[in-house]
Amino acid sequence: MALTVRVVPCLDVRDGRVVKGVKFQGLVDQGDPAELAAAYEAQGADEVVVLDVSATPEGRSTRLETVRRVRGCLSVPVTVGGGLSRVEHAEALLEAGADKVSVNTAAVLRPGLLEELASRFGAQCVVLAVDAAATERGGCASGYEVVVRSGSERTGRDAVAWAREAQERGAGEILLTSFDRDGTREGYELTLLKAVREAVHVPIVASGGADSPQHMADAVDAGADAVLAASIFHQDQWTVGRIKEALAGLGVVVRPTDSQEAGP
Amino acid sequence: MSEGRVRVVRTSTANLAAVRAAFRRLGHAVDVTDDPDLIAESARVVLPGVGAFSAALDAVRSRGLHEAVEARVRGERATLAVCLGLQLLAEGSEEAPGVSGLSILKGSAKRFDPSLGRVPHMGWNRIEAPGSADILRSGHGYFAHSYRLEEAPEGWTVAWSEYGGRFVAAVERGLVLACQFHPELSGRYGAALLSGWLEAGT
Repeated sequence: MALTVRVVPCLDVRDGRVVKGVKFQGLVDQGDPAELAAAYEAQGADEVVVLDVSATPEGRSTRLETVRRVRGCLSVPVTVGGGLSRVEHAEALLEAGADKVSVNTAAVLRPGLLEELASRFGAQCVVLAVDAAATERGGCASGYEVVVRSGSERTGRDAVAWAREAQERGAGEILLTSFDRDGTREGYELTLLKAVREAVHVPIVASGGADSPQHMADAVDAGADAVLAASIFHQDQWTVGRIKEALAGLGVVVRPTDSQEAGP
Repeated sequence: MSEGRVRVVRTSTANLAAVRAAFRRLGHAVDVTDDPDLIAESARVVLPGVGAFSAALDAVRSRGLHEAVEARVRGERATLAVCLGLQLLAEGSEEAPGVSGLSILKGSAKRFDPSLGRVPHMGWNRIEAPGSADILRSGHGYFAHSYRLEEAPEGWTVAWSEYGGRFVAAVERGLVLACQFHPELSGRYGAALLSGWLEAGT
């Protein structure tokens, strides 16, 4: 057997509540983070990502209380990100119950943060979140540039080259979000995914645009090790368990849900 | 309820929240300690594993905790080693050439070859336990590591996983359980395993 493909619900949190928008705007309340996380685990989620989407624009650190509450209910891994810019922020999040921390804007501004985090906590703890958008004016060899501050600022930095550099600096996983697809339900940006897959050996979590198991299977074909989604799970269209059954039907190797696998 | 407490060896700045939460859900409080006497005497001890091989080993040795851990494991008393904790019991690791581990398990940890798959090996993989195991069972566990043992350590019951070839997913002997994966992050499978370890020998 091989490593299974992870199905990862993402909780975008603002002010302690789960919210969801389109292209990071027009946020709508989706519920309590700990309750949603527990429900997703029961459905068969392999991991949960908690992103404090309000943290960077408002300069706030991710609320530790949310992380503690989520940790208390979850027995699968939790990745936490949002506004993290210092080793001390990461340490507080890990102490509160995060298993991995995700950095985005702060690492773009100061790439040495990745080395600091990896040497302190190990590469397996450090996730680089890359928000990538198709370049409007060219200038990036891959055709994709990094956007920061929740998508409000284009950097002109090549997204694929940045992922490779981040791996060399100690990132143990790349959380790759297509800004152009986020919340659109048009499917993951496969060209971007393939380009980053060619460039790095660390696991890639595909994010942005998923609306169906077929989109997720396509992302796996393009090189994703895990598929992240938010909208599709929040609105009761699909449960994690139904997604995993459909993925298995499409030939993707997933962890069986507890009801399928005889417990010890 | 001191009998029900689980003592966790303080190795470094290890993230212990998940370990605490997992045992709390099973009705057991968790204390973190670097007191060698407590580690020697406690009913149940966990050797956690996050961080670098040599730093964790230094932390254990500098406080004289290695002797207490070694005595427990050799005496087959209830001891759970997790992830790097398993590797610390081995003879060494490619991560820190020239540094000796506690050498209770034969063999050294070697790095996964990136050409065989993604490194770190991160995610859920199938664990195959032999029918002869007392505590270990087959199922899916969550892994997050770049180094592993490839050979079965002599004298231990071994559960295997596959990732570019088979590797040691866990070993058990008496009431000692050492897991390369994270039972505290392995959903119901992991909780059942922790529960089995807590109940073994009682």
